[in-house]
Amino acid sequence: MRRAVVTGVGVIAPGGVGREEFWGRIVDGKPAIRRISVFDPSRFRSQIAAEVDFDPAAHGLTPREIRRMDRFVQMAVVCADEAVRDAGLEPEAVDRERMGVSLGSAVGATITLEEEYVVASDGGRDWVVDDRHLRPFLYQALVPSSAATELAVRFGAQGPAAVVSTGCTSGIDSIGRAYRLIQDGEADVVIAGASDAPISPITVACFDAIRATSPDNDEPEQASRPFDAGRKGFVLGEGAAVLVVEELEHARRRGARIYCEVTGYAARANGFHMTGLRPDGYELGEAVKDAMAQARLEPEDLGYISAHGSGTKQNDRHETAAYKRALGEAARGVPISSIKSVVGHSLGAIGSIEMAACALVLQRGVVPPTANLTTPDPECDLDYTPLVAREVSARHALSAGSGFGGFQSAMVFSALGDSRAGGGA
Amino acid sequence: MSRRAVITGLGVVAPTGIGVVEHWENSLSGRPGIGPIASFDAGGSPIRWAGQVPDFDEKAFVDGKLLVQTDRWTWFAFAAAQLALADAALDPSLADPFELSVVTASASGGNAFGQREIQALWSQGSRAVSAYQSIGWFYAASSGQLSIRHQLKGACGVLVADAAGGVDALAEAARLIRRGTGAVVTGGTEAPLSPYALACQASEATVSRDGRYRPFSPDAAGYVPGEGGAILVVEERERALERGAPTVYAEIAGTSSTHDAHHVTDPAPGHRQYARAMREAVARAGLTPADIGVVFADGAGDPVRDRQEAAAIEEVFGPGRVPVTVPKTMTGRLYSGGAALDLAWAALALADGVLPPTVGVEGDVPGLDLVRQARTVDGLSAALVLARGAGGFNSAAVLTKV
Repeated sequence: MRRAVVTGVGVIAPGGVGREEFWGRIVDGKPAIRRISVFDPSRFRSQIAAEVDFDPAAHGLTPREIRRMDRFVQMAVVCADEAVRDAGLEPEAVDRERMGVSLGSAVGATITLEEEYVVASDGGRDWVVDDRHLRPFLYQALVPSSAATELAVRFGAQGPAAVVSTGCTSGIDSIGRAYRLIQDGEADVVIAGASDAPISPITVACFDAIRATSPDNDEPEQASRPFDAGRKGFVLGEGAAVLVVEELEHARRRGARIYCEVTGYAARANGFHMTGLRPDGYELGEAVKDAMAQARLEPEDLGYISAHGSGTKQNDRHETAAYKRALGEAARGVPISSIKSVVGHSLGAIGSIEMAACALVLQRGVVPPTANLTTPDPECDLDYTPLVAREVSARHALSAGSGFGGFQSAMVFSALGDSRAGGGA
Repeated sequence: MSRRAVITGLGVVAPTGIGVVEHWENSLSGRPGIGPIASFDAGGSPIRWAGQVPDFDEKAFVDGKLLVQTDRWTWFAFAAAQLALADAALDPSLADPFELSVVTASASGGNAFGQREIQALWSQGSRAVSAYQSIGWFYAASSGQLSIRHQLKGACGVLVADAAGGVDALAEAARLIRRGTGAVVTGGTEAPLSPYALACQASEATVSRDGRYRPFSPDAAGYVPGEGGAILVVEERERALERGAPTVYAEIAGTSSTHDAHHVTDPAPGHRQYARAMREAVARAGLTPADIGVVFADGAGDPVRDRQEAAAIEEVFGPGRVPVTVPKTMTGRLYSGGAALDLAWAALALADGVLPPTVGVEGDVPGLDLVRQARTVDGLSAALVLARGAGGFNSAAVLTKV
């Protein structure tokens, strides 16, 4: 079986643009959540978000590119630049017909689509809109595969390219697709990750309508409280992460530095409800068990779990049940944390951001904490690494995700020397 | 022995009809389903013609509670999936739900739903926004709803690759089958004819302004958009044979996807990556181009892209050596529903040994054996389905007779 490794990491997250800024922020456990600044949120129930201070021009995008690209595409491109640089990958030096793109996004160019609609419909008055007022490249906003095209064109990647849009598991599933493309011999290198920029009135309104987001507007930095008894919902975020996922021998031949190996990936659907979760965590547990089995791991082998930990009442209990179901007693011995306490929930992007965190945890031997976890919910009784980062010698890290539509995904990264998936390194 | 993926059920909801029988009859008689847009007054719109699903009654397929939670695009998916499972005589409730999956393609999501809720927000305020906006509009809504309705609890997926996505979803379904899934509900639908979605499409220079869609014609002036699509039931071959599936239409023998990686909107100067997708799909099927009995072309309807496609087919197959058809001239281009519908056409052609026609194209097309009327072919054993997406996506699938 062909094996896939991570050779480059790029991240844009609230609190800092770039991998090292991101790492510093999550290890410090300092929430990057504030009152929404990109529009006046006064009319909404939840008025806070994890925003990124992002200037695309400062990261090399041209004025033409900035006009053409929605914010989620801009962030994907800047992240991909960082990941490719980090991987020491010179696209000209690889067979670009064997280089693919797999980008996750839950809601695509939602900011552009809303802004333009408001203009074309005279502030929402007209159902039949006047297209003469619309900006160019709006088709590229309507169909988010344009983001995969931007990356393919930028790096000359002529292999398989697509956007994966499974809602809030998109960022795990897009890396999962990259892993499969490499295993199945359809690509040697895949630019894989996810991006979402959902902080717009319609997105805030749609989560208000189901009371999914936290209304703790007075204390934004304390509003994202995964696994805490006082949690009141998730905090909307934005961001992106891109990994260079590469076939092991391809990476070795060019002398690439290897963060870790992708050793397991599994997905299940709960078939239960578009937003509701079964309290027993059965399907997520199945995904975790499957991913662990692919990586040939026993529960005791896990050194870290990056939790979905959205901070909704139902998710955090569901997830706790799933880990107990999948890992048994060993679930109590694994350090777990939710970086959403710091960077919020960026919908489809967060899965890739959390995989980036797993790659860094394995490389650096530090588990980032769950911020704001001061009063643990008795029903969330695992080791959720409250408040303070912890040194560990993790050799295998698991990340789990759960999203609207009932999709649940799990992925395992392993330090290369310890990976068993390919029969030893 | 390696696990092989076959198509055992087809569900069509398209301008050519609802259900496989009506769709296939209309297709073979070359009856186009393109007309003036009827769902709203499109008099002021640059796009006034489209392929529309005739007499679609969503209430026949979706109960009232779900109707208000979902967009027309998901209604098409509900209907097509129900028809496909019935066609396959596959009752998901008799299977282990973890053995079943759903992978759909989506290009633009729940357009009318999203427009209505943004309108409510801006004209009436945040409290007017539906509690279902968060699940009705996003690209994963159809896969999620199908998973819940039919208890498909294995690995599910949603792929976006503009009009190439339907082939990519099929390839993903075949991958899941090879890796152990028993059956996958796959394909794609699209509902792109609401006012704002059409306005967004108008930014594409290649949309026809006059309702005519004539791929490979010297006077080709763009494509007509359309709504609908197809859902296919893909199943592991031995499992299908053991349970006595009524029709095994075709095997998914090989797939490939490439990207031009040239420019975000303009076509690449040549057809190198497109031809490579064709060759790879044929080679992965263990075949040579001479084995392919028909090509379902993408048929962009844009002179540059049409020339590229004709040149790529000629290069791979030789001039005039393989029948080429663009039955989507009867429906318009259905974005993520289009490639899925082409796969359904190809499966029907293989099962019946008849090629559906290309309509509306006058005059000879040098180097192409374009199928103008339904054509019976003896010994048809393999079909190549091609799909290109805006921005440079090229996907290809080879289906073979079982």
